[in-house]
Amino acid sequence: MHQSAPPPVAVDRVHKRFEIPREQVNTLKERVLHPFRRGVTDTLHGLRGVSFAVQPGEFFGIVGRNGSGKSTLLKCLAGIYGVDSGSIYVNGRMSTFIELGVGFNPDLPARDNALLNATMLGLSPREARRRFDSVIDFAELREFVDLKIKNYSSGMLVRLAFSVMIHVDAEILLIDEVLAVGDAAFQQKCFDEFERIHASGATILFVTHDMGAVQRFCDRALLLEHGRPVEMGDPEHVGNRYLELNFSAQARAVEQAAAAEEEAAARAPLPDRGANGANPAAAHAFGTAQTSNPNPIPSQPARGLEPAAGVGAGESADGSRPSTGAPAVGEREGGAAGRRDGDGAAEILAAWCEDEAGERTETLPNGRPCTFAAHLRFREDVENPVFELTVQNSHRDHLLSASNLASEPRRGAFRAGEEVTFRVRFENVLAPDRYHVTPAVTRQGGAWIDRRERMLSVVVTGARRSEALLELPYELAIERGAPRATKAELVR
Amino acid sequence: MSAPLTTPAAQPVGAGEQGGPPQPGGAPEPGGAAERPGAGAPLELAELGHRIKGPSALGADPRRLLHLTWALAKTEFKLAFFGSVLGYLWQLMRPLLLFGVIYLVISHSKLAAGNSQPYFPAALLLGIVLFTFFSESSGGAVSSLVNRENLVRKIEFPRLAVPLSIVVTALLNLALNLVPVLIFLLAAGGAPQWSWLELPLLLAALACFTAGLGMILSVSYVSYRDVRPIWEVVLQMTFYASGIFIAIAGLQPITVFGQSIDLGHVLMANPFAAILEQARHVFIDHRYPSAASAIGGGALVLIPIGIALAAVVGGFVLFDRRAPRVAEQL
Repeated sequence: MHQSAPPPVAVDRVHKRFEIPREQVNTLKERVLHPFRRGVTDTLHGLRGVSFAVQPGEFFGIVGRNGSGKSTLLKCLAGIYGVDSGSIYVNGRMSTFIELGVGFNPDLPARDNALLNATMLGLSPREARRRFDSVIDFAELREFVDLKIKNYSSGMLVRLAFSVMIHVDAEILLIDEVLAVGDAAFQQKCFDEFERIHASGATILFVTHDMGAVQRFCDRALLLEHGRPVEMGDPEHVGNRYLELNFSAQARAVEQAAAAEEEAAARAPLPDRGANGANPAAAHAFGTAQTSNPNPIPSQPARGLEPAAGVGAGESADGSRPSTGAPAVGEREGGAAGRRDGDGAAEILAAWCEDEAGERTETLPNGRPCTFAAHLRFREDVENPVFELTVQNSHRDHLLSASNLASEPRRGAFRAGEEVTFRVRFENVLAPDRYHVTPAVTRQGGAWIDRRERMLSVVVTGARRSEALLELPYELAIERGAPRATKAELVR
Repeated sequence: MSAPLTTPAAQPVGAGEQGGPPQPGGAPEPGGAAERPGAGAPLELAELGHRIKGPSALGADPRRLLHLTWALAKTEFKLAFFGSVLGYLWQLMRPLLLFGVIYLVISHSKLAAGNSQPYFPAALLLGIVLFTFFSESSGGAVSSLVNRENLVRKIEFPRLAVPLSIVVTALLNLALNLVPVLIFLLAAGGAPQWSWLELPLLLAALACFTAGLGMILSVSYVSYRDVRPIWEVVLQMTFYASGIFIAIAGLQPITVFGQSIDLGHVLMANPFAAILEQARHVFIDHRYPSAASAIGGGALVLIPIGIALAAVVGGFVLFDRRAPRVAEQL
């Protein structure tokens, strides 16, 4: 009969809707005056068929974007919201920490607040009194027991609240981003404490945005999107899915904004890109003021012609460009959509990135092979062009500058009308971030034929967030004792 | 153990909607059943632990309701005393000041009804003190759920604790306020009587009636914010119509559709007025009419009793029905 311990938490096809009245009837008067007017309500689906079972002793993460239903789920689990259908079973003493210090009253001393809070969280008053000493000691507030908590610093307050919370010693803890408060040191203390509670056998359900925390602590995680479970299992995997969801939504938003901008720009009286081939002067108008640029027609500052596109904006980080053009210094371009430079002998038509399987994608997982590609068409015959691709992160650090200049500079002549796709493949060691890719085709010597700055935007997802520019694979060894003698020392 | 009850969770937990999201499940579903209780294998109800039913008025554990009610009430009570240096004195001040004014006016007015009543000061103060309790608890209950929003939305607990704690706090205040009533009575020559034993019962009845009102008011206020001004008016009317400072037993009859109606009898239908009348009868002096005689006959006393019961039962039913959704509506 008892083949194994029952799941501490079992959730079975839980649905939760919210009825939100369009016209809020807030007074009895309105109700009496219009007794038959039934307000139109919008139905908001908080949860749509969520099911999962948590194993005993598991540290279970519930993640999702804003409005994905994760907090609703937690509130249903906690019994704060009733569910519309489906059922939730809980086995063991459960405590909910949706907020630290629920019911704290600033005018009461720490003692009363701690006792009240503990009672609210489910202890009997006697238990609360018995644990009070230990609560105060953990919070290190012994000398301030009788101080009204309105005189507490926020740090002390959080310590007190957290201390009460962990002394409720529930077998099942529901935690909702309580760690958003407090400084880094305190957060660490919280996490240490969670680890300790977890190690003592408690089951923890943890709702958060923080993928780092999920991957560090959780045994399993559930990803919600629009109230539906999207992914469940390995935190690493769920974390990646989350970032993917998050950034693809962002990417769509950025794209839409960029498209709107482009549309606006198209209506502005700017030199037509298509006319460049026929009109060298116009073509040069979107070249920049560079004396080193060996263009057939002497270069001239084109700023007056292209005010909106920010020509002349000096990309100081862009080492590939000799910045003799004096006026460029100090100006920086703000937007993501880039400018375009070159003499127009070729045109970069598209740029994209491909994942391991060769599928086009906007998000790349860290640690897997990936490919950046650009497609272009020559308008004129060009001898030995150089294909180039640079990758910048969101802080505009250059992380990759790839070109055929070193490997095979002489690719021969390309005829007008010829189309070329060039690809840059590499193991993706980029840290999770948004990246901008600038493809370019230049002449031997560095003059741009076409360069489309920040033409492509991709997101790299990944579990590790070391704040380093790259997430390089590495091995780490820790040995106790004195360092082993190096070879050189041995020889001596 | 009882017969195995197959629960809805017998279906693989994680089999979401039809064609819906990918199967959430740590282990691949087909093989996962063995190592994962709650997936695949039929489960017995007992094994799944208790079902979370969402918030309710009473909660699963009645002791928790008591603990919480008491903890909340005690906190409120303490707060009233922490707030000021004079604490207890301030608490007494309000009814006493009101008493002072009314006593002065009544005892020097042409009404002069007051003077003829036995132990009038004590009787008047008892009325004021009981009304203070009534208005404090019912008026406080109105916005109690809204004021305790942070609790209601953040933790699961028996929702009834919120309005009940208001009543309990008011009861604590009432206990303090009854001390000067006793002093007034004894000072005026009143002596302890066996009938005093009935007073706690009357107070309990009043507390229940008020709690019933509190349940109705608190839960209505969540949806309708004009409950507060309405209730304030009702309280004011109650103050004048309950015989607190003018004996309603002696009122002139009024004529409605040619019928002579004893206004005093009508006003006695109000449970508060009836309880006050009876409290004076048993506590101050037997010359005060009992509630039964004030309303005009033994059986008629069932009217205020019925109204009070209706408030308690109706209040609980309404509160119980609304309690699960209060957290969402706040």
